[in-house]
Amino acid sequence: MERDDLIVNDSYSLQSHHSEEKGVEIRKKVVKVTILLTLITAVEVAMGVYFKRSEAFTWQAIKWTFIVLTLVKAGYIVMSFMHLGEERKNLRNVVLIPYFLFIAYLIFIALYEGAAHLRLFESFN
Amino acid sequence: MAGEATKAIPKDVLWGGGRSPFSVSYGKMMMWYFLVSDALTFGGLLTAYGFVRHGAEVPWPIGEQVFEALPGLEGSFPLIYVALMTFILIVSSVTMVLAVEAGHRNDKKGVVKWLGLTIIGGFFFLGSQAWEWSHFIHGAGGAFQLENPVTVTGTLQNGETMEFTLNAGDRVYMDHHFGYIMEPYVKGASNVVLNESADGISIMQLGEHAHEAKLEYLTLNKYVENKAQVTGAEMQKLWNNRSEHFMFGANLQVSEYTEHQAYGGFFFFITGFHGFHVFSGVLINIIVFFMVVKGVFERRGHYEMVEKIGLYWHFVDLVWVFVFTFFYLI
Repeated sequence: MERDDLIVNDSYSLQSHHSEEKGVEIRKKVVKVTILLTLITAVEVAMGVYFKRSEAFTWQAIKWTFIVLTLVKAGYIVMSFMHLGEERKNLRNVVLIPYFLFIAYLIFIALYEGAAHLRLFESFN
Repeated sequence: MAGEATKAIPKDVLWGGGRSPFSVSYGKMMMWYFLVSDALTFGGLLTAYGFVRHGAEVPWPIGEQVFEALPGLEGSFPLIYVALMTFILIVSSVTMVLAVEAGHRNDKKGVVKWLGLTIIGGFFFLGSQAWEWSHFIHGAGGAFQLENPVTVTGTLQNGETMEFTLNAGDRVYMDHHFGYIMEPYVKGASNVVLNESADGISIMQLGEHAHEAKLEYLTLNKYVENKAQVTGAEMQKLWNNRSEHFMFGANLQVSEYTEHQAYGGFFFFITGFHGFHVFSGVLINIIVFFMVVKGVFERRGHYEMVEKIGLYWHFVDLVWVFVFTFFYLI
């Protein structure tokens, strides 16, 4: 198995300096990500205004689109702005896997119990 | 340990065991662990919101109809203000990335510039949120509950007319010109006079800033589906059947936005908890800003502190992205 605790050359976080040229490259990428994040937000607002909630099917599809777009935005923030994409694979997993396991469970429980609560309310009313 | 590290790492920066897992410093690792736990806290809050909303017996307010005001402007701007806040936070996140990048080049001037701009962005966001809270608390005109059942015809937003059968206790909404003067009247202010004549209903506030508002229309379903305006004799019918129960804006017990008690609570707690994170982030940024100016990190040889507070700042942006979707959009 690949050792993840070995420190090779300049990989240690305190020594991760980079050159002027690399800096230019990084800044270019930052600008790109910024434009993308802003565009996604604008599209989300426009969709929210344009589509009506009364059309149940469309609105359901829109809701899922919102969630996917949000995850795209979150992905860019975490992987690019927070540099998690450049960290060691194991650090990435240590941060992401427990989170996703936990949150998936939470969401399942909340929706399941929420629906049960509504059914209970309706049957006693 | 021979052959493990090709470059000598000073003993004082390695972890206690003489190693540094994942090749990151202790501080950065712990910042990540803190962010994971904090993300679970926010995840829990949003999930609780989802739970209550999913099980709500009354229609839940639509974000585009609750948050549609801009400071100093008349008219409807659905979610524009919140989108602006999102944009401010994204931009301050970008300036933070640039500060971290400048730190990697040991460019002190660059760090000072970008970190300074990040702090300004943070203040802008906090100011925006203060306005938003103030607007949410004051409301957009308020509502009254009906004393008796009424059937009226209203005009939907697309111009079609529709008949509404309302029960006692249902809410009817006033416009903000009228509602803002109605509020002190309901609370018993002595300088407000209500005129009900054949020409219509108007309310007048006397005193230094005397002003008057005429009741032009009443709104049904203001924050949910089938928003409709009622005018003329139909409006008069609603007005005559009003009860003594008025509600203006929101507090922790009631809100004009919905009968559901938890709505205001979730707004205050989720955006408030996030705002508190932004506030403490700004404070931390200011402290590190002065450390940069004094040359602490220049002497240390690296700007990892900027990277660590950068992680926290991006996290705050990240949380807002989710709050924006789940509280405002969906």
